[in-house]
Amino acid sequence: MNALRGMVWLLVFQSAGELLARGLALPLPGPVIGMVLLLLALRWPAVQTPVAECAGFLLSHLSLLFVPVGVGVMTHLSLVSQYGVRMLAVVVLSTLAGLAVTVLSLHLLQGRQPLDAASPPAKDGDV
Amino acid sequence: MSDFVQLWVYLSATPLFGLTATLLVYVLAHAAYFRAGQAPWANPVLWSVIVLACGLLATGVSYPSYFAGAQFIHFLLGPAVVALGWPLWLRRAELRQRWGRLLVAALAGGSVAAGSSLLLGRLFGLPQELVLSLVPKSVTAPVAMGIAEQIGGIPALAAVFAVITGLVGALFGKYLFAALRIPTDAEGWAARGFALGTASHGLGAARAMHVNADAGAYAGLALGLQVVLASLLIPLVFKLF
Repeated sequence: MNALRGMVWLLVFQSAGELLARGLALPLPGPVIGMVLLLLALRWPAVQTPVAECAGFLLSHLSLLFVPVGVGVMTHLSLVSQYGVRMLAVVVLSTLAGLAVTVLSLHLLQGRQPLDAASPPAKDGDV
Repeated sequence: MSDFVQLWVYLSATPLFGLTATLLVYVLAHAAYFRAGQAPWANPVLWSVIVLACGLLATGVSYPSYFAGAQFIHFLLGPAVVALGWPLWLRRAELRQRWGRLLVAALAGGSVAAGSSLLLGRLFGLPQELVLSLVPKSVTAPVAMGIAEQIGGIPALAAVFAVITGLVGALFGKYLFAALRIPTDAEGWAARGFALGTASHGLGAARAMHVNADAGAYAGLALGLQVVLASLLIPLVFKLF
């Protein structure tokens, strides 16, 4: 039941996001605004408990959700045969560049400023 | 025989077919992925897409009639983007503590991923529409489609590029990180996961979640951040220049 309630919350926030995005002509996609709204509402246990269950399920099967769009590559076979190798080269090279820059910048920033990752952040009132 | 053909014609024209085929192929590919010890090359999305696309081409079922069923899965991408608020919430303490360096890494990685695809696409002489569809490829597919539409790319193509980008991260990330000598301690995993979420969105994050819990959590965080940053900044940059 909680998972179902969680789904309701996700859809409610997505709809609210779509309404805001269209109504106020915001530059963000509806689901993204929905995500920000959810983040603000998660402090409320009535949202938190059900969303935890549903989001956990949905995100653990995230890769499945990309299959239908991925199969759409078959509708662009003419483009693929014409530019396929070059497009693939661009995707591979720029993805590797993005990965390398992200991992190195975070690694260097962490190295310069040692983390206190070993000790969990103290809660208020913790002795 | 003709009964069978009639049955096939009927089934392949109903939404049931696309939905069942997608789930069945994915579940089998996922089982094979675990059989193969979660090796990157055994990626379940890669093989599901190959098997389904070849199957549709071989049987002559059109993509729109497949998608009539598969759209029920595709639809869940929207709620999944909303659900990304959950990993952000779980890691809010880290986010508050380290927001500076995380934001720097997310901006640096995201702009290199988008900028380099623009430059390389032009360098390799790709048509403008294709280049603009390549730019948002490091953002999760539904958001990439929206961004591509805003800057003049082809949404359907942007989604395909996003999926390939995700697969590149899931397939080669491991080797790249090893070559860059990123350690496999808690901080190293955090950096690896964050990079996968930033540069190869949901598919990279899914891979990170399979491999290591820390990496997975940071990948989810990066994915959520990148969605907000890219959908704000990419259209803005294109409007300004």
